[in-house]
Amino acid sequence: MKIVVLMKPVPDTWGPRVLSLETGLADRAASETVLDEIGERALEAALRHAESASDVEVVVLTMAPEAAQSTLRKGLAMGAASAVHVADERLAGADLGRTAEVLAAALRRGGFDLVIAGDASTDGVGGVLVPWLAELLDVPAITRLESLEITADAVRGTRATDGGSMVAQAALPAIVSITEALPDPRFPALRGIMNAKKKPVEQLTLDDLEVEADETASPRSIMTAVAERPPRAAGEIITDEGDAGERIAAFLADRRLA
Amino acid sequence: MTHPILTVLPAAPGGGLPAGAAEVLGAASEIGTPVAVVVGPADALAGLAEQAASLGATTVHTATADGDQLGVPAADAAAAAVALVQPDAVLVPATIEGRDVAGRLAARLRAPLAADIVGVSRDDEGVVVRHSVYGGAYDVDSAATFGPLVATVRLGAIDARAEAATPDVHEFAVEASGRRAAVVEGFEPAPQTSSRPDLRSAKKVVSGGRGLGSKEQFALVEQLADALGAAVGASRAAVDAGYAEQSLQVGQTGTSVSPELYLAVGISGAIQHRAGMQTAKTIIAIDKDASAPIFEVADLGVVGDLFTIVPQLISALEARKG
Repeated sequence: MKIVVLMKPVPDTWGPRVLSLETGLADRAASETVLDEIGERALEAALRHAESASDVEVVVLTMAPEAAQSTLRKGLAMGAASAVHVADERLAGADLGRTAEVLAAALRRGGFDLVIAGDASTDGVGGVLVPWLAELLDVPAITRLESLEITADAVRGTRATDGGSMVAQAALPAIVSITEALPDPRFPALRGIMNAKKKPVEQLTLDDLEVEADETASPRSIMTAVAERPPRAAGEIITDEGDAGERIAAFLADRRLA
Repeated sequence: MTHPILTVLPAAPGGGLPAGAAEVLGAASEIGTPVAVVVGPADALAGLAEQAASLGATTVHTATADGDQLGVPAADAAAAAVALVQPDAVLVPATIEGRDVAGRLAARLRAPLAADIVGVSRDDEGVVVRHSVYGGAYDVDSAATFGPLVATVRLGAIDARAEAATPDVHEFAVEASGRRAAVVEGFEPAPQTSSRPDLRSAKKVVSGGRGLGSKEQFALVEQLADALGAAVGASRAAVDAGYAEQSLQVGQTGTSVSPELYLAVGISGAIQHRAGMQTAKTIIAIDKDASAPIFEVADLGVVGDLFTIVPQLISALEARKG
């Protein structure tokens, strides 16, 4: 069985994140680029299955600028067997549709039994890529799994949906996304880090993939304006002198908030 | 019909219109004529259609989706409705089921998708949508290069409401696409623990952090929320410590909220938490650590012991209610 885990290098949410006000694109120099944690969780789920079953190959797939390749090494160090990295300058600023087309083409090219991704990235927070890929690949999708049971020919689990939880299952090949309810990703062991250096990373460009060459032939989503919000004005900071509860109540009443 | 805007309203798994239905119809009314496609079990369609009209849908197209196929029937109906209505834009509430339908729909239509929008407008060239990016640090506008735009609308982000319309309901038959779908085996509604407002769209939110110290003491946050008629939220630290359910997590990897009032109790305000709440109109923070970063974004910051301040606040609020 081949499990492909979608991982995304993103600006680290533990630091400031910057958009270029000229291009509207992420200023990658302003933040540290790290693997999105939810993708690491997806990889953890795949690795746990690989450890409990035989003949399971785990591959990580990303579409990201060339410089982001070092982050993929962490996925390999955690235990993935290999990585596929789609890197092409023509993909800078790709919208969701272009991203879905490229990832679908890469998945078709390499083949898969199961694709696992996080439910939403921390930078885009769209949460639409998995259903989008399901359509392009014509495979069943289950989003937001909080538990995951993989067998030789099916995937099953409980998904957190609107107003409750739903149990669903799909025949393989399939694509699923997972939530933070799944176990924390492991820290790569020293041995894993050493081994990762020898693991294969296949680098692909658009020329290797069957995608529409002219990006502008299809309608695309474009940014028309970007502005930085002014920082919040400093407020009043008080130290409790025994009446802070009363003072908050008065503050709320003044502003008609209570 | 001038500038039809199609709103896609798949019935919620537990029944009823999806959360955010009033908001997407309100947004649609700001940029054109609101039209709805309602997809759900046959016996519920008439009621759902009437509700959609009361929220402003001038025309409601209804399609039956019985059975146990996950996601695909709603996408089939939405795609058929787009062919019928020829809208300028398609607005879908960014609920979990809504995001699934929107992703599938954009793939089918080969249409661009704007995710998690917080506002809509129109310029000379058509529909423009607004995003709040990187936890509210940036406002970004986007549009389709041509053709209709599909957008998921962040819950609680749209204040506009459409005027109620006279129900004009059209049932239509959808030809199944035959796309492969997962099979739903069961649905368990989340227990309704209280009459508290939904976190995602609440006007007021009271959130608790690790400073509460235990699950039992987290009840103080709930009592304060009830005294204010607010929703309850929690920091990731409080969720990880088991004080609160994960569905209450506010922050980068939880829910993003933008309420009138955000009251943070015992939350230090790590950058990931601030990313989920710093666009609130008024922020009040109570924490014992004067150097806690939450105070950098607070309109009123109170340094002190939450276990004495919060009970005093609750009694003061109750005294004012009289």
